[in-house]
Amino acid sequence: MTESIQTQELIYDSSKRGIPAFEELREISNYRHLIFQLARRDILTRYRRSVLGVAWTMLNPLGMMLVLTVAFSQTFTSGTPHGYPGYVLCGLMAWNFFSQTTTAATVNLVWGGTLLHRIYMPRSSFALSAILTGLLNLSLSIIPLVIVLLATGAPIRPTILLLPGPMLLLACFSLGVGLLVSTVAVYFPDLVEMFQIALTGWMWVTPVVYPVSALPQQYSYWITHLNPMYYLINLYRALLYEGRLPVWGEVWPALIISVVVLVAGWFFFSKKADEFSYRL
Amino acid sequence: MNSPTASKPAVPTSLNTKADEVVRLENVSVEYRVPGEPISSFKEYSIRFLQGNIRHHSFWALRDVSLTVTRGEVFGLIGQNGAGKSTLLKLIARVLRPSNGRVWVRGRVAPLLEVGAGFHPELTGRENIFLNGAMLGFTRHEMEMKFPRIVDFAELGEFIEAPMRTYSSGMWARLGFAVATDTQPEILIVDEVLSVGDEAFQRKCSKRLEAYREQGSAIILVSHNMTLVANMCRRTAWLAHGQLVGFGDTEDIIQQYRQSMGITNNLA
Repeated sequence: MTESIQTQELIYDSSKRGIPAFEELREISNYRHLIFQLARRDILTRYRRSVLGVAWTMLNPLGMMLVLTVAFSQTFTSGTPHGYPGYVLCGLMAWNFFSQTTTAATVNLVWGGTLLHRIYMPRSSFALSAILTGLLNLSLSIIPLVIVLLATGAPIRPTILLLPGPMLLLACFSLGVGLLVSTVAVYFPDLVEMFQIALTGWMWVTPVVYPVSALPQQYSYWITHLNPMYYLINLYRALLYEGRLPVWGEVWPALIISVVVLVAGWFFFSKKADEFSYRL
Repeated sequence: MNSPTASKPAVPTSLNTKADEVVRLENVSVEYRVPGEPISSFKEYSIRFLQGNIRHHSFWALRDVSLTVTRGEVFGLIGQNGAGKSTLLKLIARVLRPSNGRVWVRGRVAPLLEVGAGFHPELTGRENIFLNGAMLGFTRHEMEMKFPRIVDFAELGEFIEAPMRTYSSGMWARLGFAVATDTQPEILIVDEVLSVGDEAFQRKCSKRLEAYREQGSAIILVSHNMTLVANMCRRTAWLAHGQLVGFGDTEDIIQQYRQSMGITNNLA
């Protein structure tokens, strides 16, 4: 109680409103500790009361992989040169990141909104902390993935070291989608459920469980080239599963889509964020 | 907590702000757009949208309110439920932006409304202190310095390492108060009487608030208890139906308020 930390004078003037997207960026940099603390809260509370702890996040995709391998490994032999288990697990890890972070970003904002009525916090903190939590889970999931790849005889190449690249693009894309969806979900909470249905549908039109070669000829072009998640999962697989460097033609669409979706999501979210307190 | 605007002088001269003012509301209005009938689902909205059947009517939670709060004062805010008190507090706490008018706030605002709302029951007291501190805009380093003082003030002892679901409601509230008020804020928002813990702890809280006030903090007290407002506040604002009915010397305002309520006879 003796020393006082604050030195600079803080002034809030509602009539001075700059471009919301840039102000939100500055606020987030002031509140970066909050993002870490929120991610820490999510991780601690999820694992504290379960015996298996962190292993739980990895068991889910591993279990899925086992079931899918039993069902499909004979069906999808072409197009999965290094075995089906590694192929499907790579796809599942990337897809789960996308579906979990976008859902968490939305749910945190809609159901955690009561806090936003009481104290000021940058509204995007929830989405950002969801991404941070997801990135930690995704990084940890590389361990069982590598074990499965080794066990099924898939080659582990140094290209795995480039993995942070596609992970970052995936994070940007997921953040953009999470912000867009959560903005609309503030107005219509039932959209959270509709988004879940859309996600399931989206997963089945993305080559996650099956290889591209299994797609019917007449649809394959549309399903791959019009689907942002195809590009992102493809990069992830190229480095990890196929052990090759992606060609430029595979990189630039993923790069452009992620950046555009992130910027669009950020601008849309920050522009609407002022109205959230009128709605939540 | 407030956004450091790009090129800001310490005190905006253009405003003609008196040096002692910490809160200034200029012709502030807040308009909620309420759908004619409640539409809470996207499905319903889409159907109505296609039918061209979406009507809104506006509801003014606050209308043309102007007031100032100066440093070192206890400022009373009275009015019946639904008069706009909470909306006004949200404006000052920066949670809500006005539809019209201007809200100007100098310094950090500590809202003591339902203290401890941000705590998570599965986390320990220690973890929650850092989480709550981050929500108030403090860095981890700042919180490490504040931590021993907070634990000491909240009188939690060894419980600090236990999950907060094991806390009594008193302990919960004590920790909330201790975190929110550890650093002296320029503006404190106190809703109703502080019902934090037992009587001894309440005295401790009042003592801290009084010390902060003497050092220049402004305290905004929201209450339905006129005796408390009369005892504590120099100036009071009275809100009714979103409008500022009276603003000034507490005794006058309370008298007017009671007259309008028709309860003048039995109270001095």
